[in-house]
Amino acid sequence: MIRSRTFQLVVPALLVLALLPFGVGGYILGLLIPAFYMAVFAMSWDLLFGFAGEVNFGPSFLIGIGAYTAALLNHYYATPIPLCLAAGAFAAVIAGVVLAVPALRLTGPYFGLVTLVAVLMLQNILVLFAGITGGEIGLDLPDVLAISDTTNYYYALVFMTISGAILFGLSRSPVGLILQASGQNAVEAAALGFNVAKHKLAAFCISAFFSGLAGAMLIFYMGTVSVGTVVDIAVGVNVIIAAVLGGRRTIIGAAFGAIFLIGAGELLRPLGQLSTFVVSAVALVVILFFPGGFMGRLLQTGGRE
Amino acid sequence: MLALQILIDGFAISSLYALGAAGFALMFGVSGVLNLSHGAIMVVAAVIAWWVGATFGVNPYLGAVAGILAALACAFFTYGVIARPIQNSPAIPKEEKEIFVLTGTLLWGIMLQGAIAYLFTNNPKTVRPLIEGVVMILGVRTPVNEILTAVLSWLVIGLLFLLVNRTRAGKSLLAASMNPRGLTLLGFELSNIYILVWAIYGIVAGIAGVLLGAFLGVSSDNAGTLTASAFSIVVLGGLGSVSGSLMAAYVVGYLETLTAYLVAPSIRTVPVLLLLVIVVYVRPQGLLGRR
Repeated sequence: MIRSRTFQLVVPALLVLALLPFGVGGYILGLLIPAFYMAVFAMSWDLLFGFAGEVNFGPSFLIGIGAYTAALLNHYYATPIPLCLAAGAFAAVIAGVVLAVPALRLTGPYFGLVTLVAVLMLQNILVLFAGITGGEIGLDLPDVLAISDTTNYYYALVFMTISGAILFGLSRSPVGLILQASGQNAVEAAALGFNVAKHKLAAFCISAFFSGLAGAMLIFYMGTVSVGTVVDIAVGVNVIIAAVLGGRRTIIGAAFGAIFLIGAGELLRPLGQLSTFVVSAVALVVILFFPGGFMGRLLQTGGRE
Repeated sequence: MLALQILIDGFAISSLYALGAAGFALMFGVSGVLNLSHGAIMVVAAVIAWWVGATFGVNPYLGAVAGILAALACAFFTYGVIARPIQNSPAIPKEEKEIFVLTGTLLWGIMLQGAIAYLFTNNPKTVRPLIEGVVMILGVRTPVNEILTAVLSWLVIGLLFLLVNRTRAGKSLLAASMNPRGLTLLGFELSNIYILVWAIYGIVAGIAGVLLGAFLGVSSDNAGTLTASAFSIVVLGGLGSVSGSLMAAYVVGYLETLTAYLVAPSIRTVPVLLLLVIVVYVRPQGLLGRR
């Protein structure tokens, strides 16, 4: 395990990140905190796409359900944060099951469209019931995770590390292998005696759990929830770009992709409108020339793990 | 009165949807590419038509031609730089080509959208209509442009139908959609067919974009919605079935118009989304699709 390349890459990177608050100011930390939550979104998406083979165009459906459940509970009933987080994660798991039902019957573009429609529906509902949900403007939350940047940073970093470890461990476990088999050839996997439906359902629930929990934590960091930050299609697109950019089927790569994407977006901010253009162009070049993504590239040079 | 208004407005918008979706459906049927930059290409056509018309003060026809050419250029770029390299790449496993084409065209669409927003801002732009003025149809004030939109859309769809069913090149397109390998064995160069289908696609998407720009006005922010509506129409009608898409375009167009007039404009897309979910559950191959 010590000698595996993933391990050699991840541990130093985490050490640097853990020591970062001693060296840099609030600006960098404030940039990295949402990036860490985004990393969890991307890693959960990778479990569903890279392993279960389900093209989910609507990661923000799961994220949004988790975030809004937590936000509504906190805003209207002043529920304590841990309870809100649990409720958000639970609601997201239910949403994951709702999404899994069509996934077991439909394939490829059809399922992709259903997930896209799910996001659009959620967005419409939130805007229609603007009186309760705050609509486009959003809802402010009475509670926040912590005031200090450093504390928030460690919350996010620890959360990302634990989620990443669980997702990564899962993907390398026998369950991950069965998922991968069902994603690539469901009929053959079923013929080998594996319960494809059960494993895919589990993948949806796990992916939804982490997406929803991360979404709920993100809004308690920001102190506000709005359609534009957790539900919009653009949020989902960014998650997908991050995961593909970092290297699909690597889990850890998705986290690198997310941090890169947010960092690059910030560096290019002076370009204004053009920054999305440049970031997408970079992502496009990576997909065209290194389809394995950053991680795929790094792992490949040292041979297979 | 209101019924007639809905009938006329619904017809015009549905015809435009049908035209927009026809190119998208043809592209998927022949080359298997779901082009998620579709909406952005339509926006490019509309904005270039608006820009050429407004800057050089030329007549609207020249502007429209410029817009269509811009869409054609974008379509060729999509094929040459994104779709073809991905489909031919040895590094991408076969079963993952689809997701790569989807992601690639999605990114390309975002790039186009970003470039348009940067160069021309994301304010809505209205292309000057080819013919201005209004006429009364049984007491309903209807802009001539609205009639023209419907007529031109159907003219282009009709030409497309003739091209595909009556000409040799068109028949080879149909054959490619059924069995590409068989066609290659008969001595047809598959890449020529793909170039042809992208050319047709570019022109059709360009015309649809310019008409949309003149009819409703277009902003770079619409690119995603336009792609989503073409995607929904095509899935509703059955992937690969052009006649199914035409029918679905009318279902979607009228459902939206009815909702907008009778319920509230703010929820005009909700019934369509519901219908789409139901159809995909009950009949995944779409209204006229075959499995």
